[in-house]
Amino acid sequence: MQTETSKNWSQFNKDIANDHYYYLRSCIRQNFFPGSEVAFLDILRNKLGKTIYDDASHTTCAGIGYHCDIVPFETIQALAARHFSLMTEKGLKHAVVSCVTSFGIYSEILDTWNHFPESLEKTRNALRKSTGREFELPENVVHCSDIVYKFRKEIKDQAKHTLTNTKTGKPLKIVDHIGCHYAKIFPERGVGGAEFPKVLTGMITAWGGETVDYPERRHCCGFGFRHYFVKNNRSYSLSNSKKKFESMEPFQPDAIVTNCPGCNLFLDRWQYTLEQIERKTYGQQGQGIPVLTYEELAGLVLGYDPWKLGLQFHQVEVEPFLDKMGIAYKKGDKYKNLDGKIIGERPMVNELNIV
Amino acid sequence: MQHIETLIKEKLNSDIRFVEGLNACMNCGICTAICPAAEFYDYDPRTMLTIVQSGNLQKIRELLESDTIWYCGQCMSCKTRCPRHNCPGLVISVLRKISQETGAFTQSRMGRQQYLLRKGLGNALLNIGYSLHPSFIKPADHPEQGPVWQWIFENASEIYKTVGANLDEEGPGVLRKIDKEAMTEFRAIFEETGCLELFRLIDQYSSIKALELGITNEANQPDMDQYLHFIENEQETSY
Repeated sequence: MQTETSKNWSQFNKDIANDHYYYLRSCIRQNFFPGSEVAFLDILRNKLGKTIYDDASHTTCAGIGYHCDIVPFETIQALAARHFSLMTEKGLKHAVVSCVTSFGIYSEILDTWNHFPESLEKTRNALRKSTGREFELPENVVHCSDIVYKFRKEIKDQAKHTLTNTKTGKPLKIVDHIGCHYAKIFPERGVGGAEFPKVLTGMITAWGGETVDYPERRHCCGFGFRHYFVKNNRSYSLSNSKKKFESMEPFQPDAIVTNCPGCNLFLDRWQYTLEQIERKTYGQQGQGIPVLTYEELAGLVLGYDPWKLGLQFHQVEVEPFLDKMGIAYKKGDKYKNLDGKIIGERPMVNELNIV
Repeated sequence: MQHIETLIKEKLNSDIRFVEGLNACMNCGICTAICPAAEFYDYDPRTMLTIVQSGNLQKIRELLESDTIWYCGQCMSCKTRCPRHNCPGLVISVLRKISQETGAFTQSRMGRQQYLLRKGLGNALLNIGYSLHPSFIKPADHPEQGPVWQWIFENASEIYKTVGANLDEEGPGVLRKIDKEAMTEFRAIFEETGCLELFRLIDQYSSIKALELGITNEANQPDMDQYLHFIENEQETSY
């Protein structure tokens, strides 16, 4: 019998292009989780057989500057237009965005151009005057997590590991955290909308894991843009994340997975900060809860080496999660360079396993 | 006084984000219920929207000079929930822009922080075409980043290579150096679309504030390094 729920679900299906993508990188992801961007391109090209153009000429979208209010709306419109122009030059029409802030920015700009055609003309003029460029509107703009969600079954078909606790045989319990600007501004542009976002839970369940519902599931991580960039305001960011940790703690998740570079950073680093300030941890057996990007999760499922994926960039140790998945790794390799030598003075592990 | 309030009205009505962000607020308060900033600050988006909707320019001007408009974290959770399709977070963006264009931001502690952002984030954008670079995130300024980041910061060139990044090098890839041609276009866009003018206004009004606060050098000119230090450490009760 067709249920009311499935009827409603159809409203939240999203058109995700099948191939021939143009990649737009993220400021935060490439600084803090660089292996995730490398893995995403590798999975697309070498596991899924897709083409994606990695352009050296694109810049930041300046979305962080926009939400910190020092960069005007007109500027980000012209920067987005320049990226569409680069894409037009390559004959591509499907933009794939690594950052959730950027994804929100592109969505806001396209919506504005749709509602106010004069602003599109104004942007075309500004871009022409400043760079001599012209551009065509993209046919499809999606977030990278949309692509991994779309091909989650193809990834499962090539899986070397599943999201199962190999010692107990039970599914691993994974909290999904979706960046606010993925679907809260424009629900119709997110898989499942803002109310039932499925982009990460779809991956988790397809790969054998169990999702965790908890009261503050949809609460912001607390980035707050100016509230993190201004040192004096950081307690705002910390307080928001703490609220989430306290809410998820009773469910004892094995990991958190996020689709937003900033959220991944803060949910990782604020656990360390809270351990330092309050001697409080939220994971199992007094440990922190590992916080993974969806690219890292896909990479682990596909059998990528954890240190090639960049899991050594995390402050909260990921080894307990790797052990549960039954992934073999050499602990000593975590701090080695390409020549196999230990890099610098390795960070000390404290007794709570938050490095 | 009258002139500034007329200017505020003109700026509000000419910003398409204001047209998009405020349809007709019925004061239900769902935005405040969902707002993370309302939870941790003395902030109420419902009241803010009521004031703006009232059109009372004197009260709007007071808002522009207050800490209130700077509390929003721009998560935009309010947009999802508003039954009238308003977006208080978007209205905040417009108010913040006008506050900077009129100099009102220097009248509040949270507003004055815009000078920190313009110098730090603004210069980063203009210099490298990114918002961030590993070398900017100094462990002394970011204790929350922890010992792993300290290790990455001190050994960046080696560590980024292990995951296939292209730190500060030519060509595509993670953290590549953005080439001269792209940077020229990037900066030209900033000039053409008014971002550099906004930077100039933030600098200018901040200098006036430094002078007003007596933060000056031996030549009796605004000492902007000292002013940066002042706003970086300014507490709620210190001014």
